[in-house]
Amino acid sequence: METVLFYLFGGIALISAILVVANRRVFYSALSLILCLCSVAVLYLILKSPFIAAVQIIVYAGAIMVVFLFVIMLLDPFSSAIIRGKKASLAYIGVLLGILTVTFLYPILKSYDLAQTPKNPSFIDGGVGSVKQLGHVLFSEYLLPFEMTSVLILIAIIGVVVLAKRQASK
Amino acid sequence: MDLLHYLILSMLLFTVGAVGFIIKKNIISMFLCVELMLNAVNLSFVAFSSFLNQVDGQIIVFFVMVIAAVEAAVGLAITIVLYRNRGTLSADDTDTMKW
Repeated sequence: METVLFYLFGGIALISAILVVANRRVFYSALSLILCLCSVAVLYLILKSPFIAAVQIIVYAGAIMVVFLFVIMLLDPFSSAIIRGKKASLAYIGVLLGILTVTFLYPILKSYDLAQTPKNPSFIDGGVGSVKQLGHVLFSEYLLPFEMTSVLILIAIIGVVVLAKRQASK
Repeated sequence: MDLLHYLILSMLLFTVGAVGFIIKKNIISMFLCVELMLNAVNLSFVAFSSFLNQVDGQIIVFFVMVIAAVEAAVGLAITIVLYRNRGTLSADDTDTMKW
């Protein structure tokens, strides 16, 4: 059952990722990316981390992608979607680089031995992804990065307002 | 399902995103490919977290999601300003700061 689900949703994720790149219209690319994010969320569920899966769908596929779709619809999607200019040879170079990356990364991933890394004994019973444990670790061990994250978001809000504000006529 | 399957899927997703970032001409499409790469890295973090019984990987996925949100907001604001000033979204036409 787990294997079937993995291959089904992994295949959907991979195909929709390829569609993100292959589509000429940006809008359809964004829709394929939403499909990819949702199927990766199902993979998170298979990996027994339900909270991350929920956050993935609500924040990633919900909030961030809606912002993307807003901007795509705000800017004219038809004139800007098909932009000629780069040579077609660049596509071949990109695909070649991708094949090279896969050929060099695959032996490295293959050589990794999971048994060499010691498992954390305190979370044996598969309850790693529970909200209680996540919150406990997030607010004790990772408190400082968490607070710095809020500062980062504040900076981003101010930066976006300054950027997107209509400049006064000079 | 062992860890290697998830790592290979993550590698493939990352490679598709990287290739898309190279061959896409539209700035928004390039942003979408960056999101794809971040998502692939998140998948391998969660896989490691699940197979090693470590909760730290999922915390890092949180931070990556925050960074992705911030990057999307700022990047799209820059895109809007660029479109307003230059009237184009082509990455080839915006080469003022290119050496």
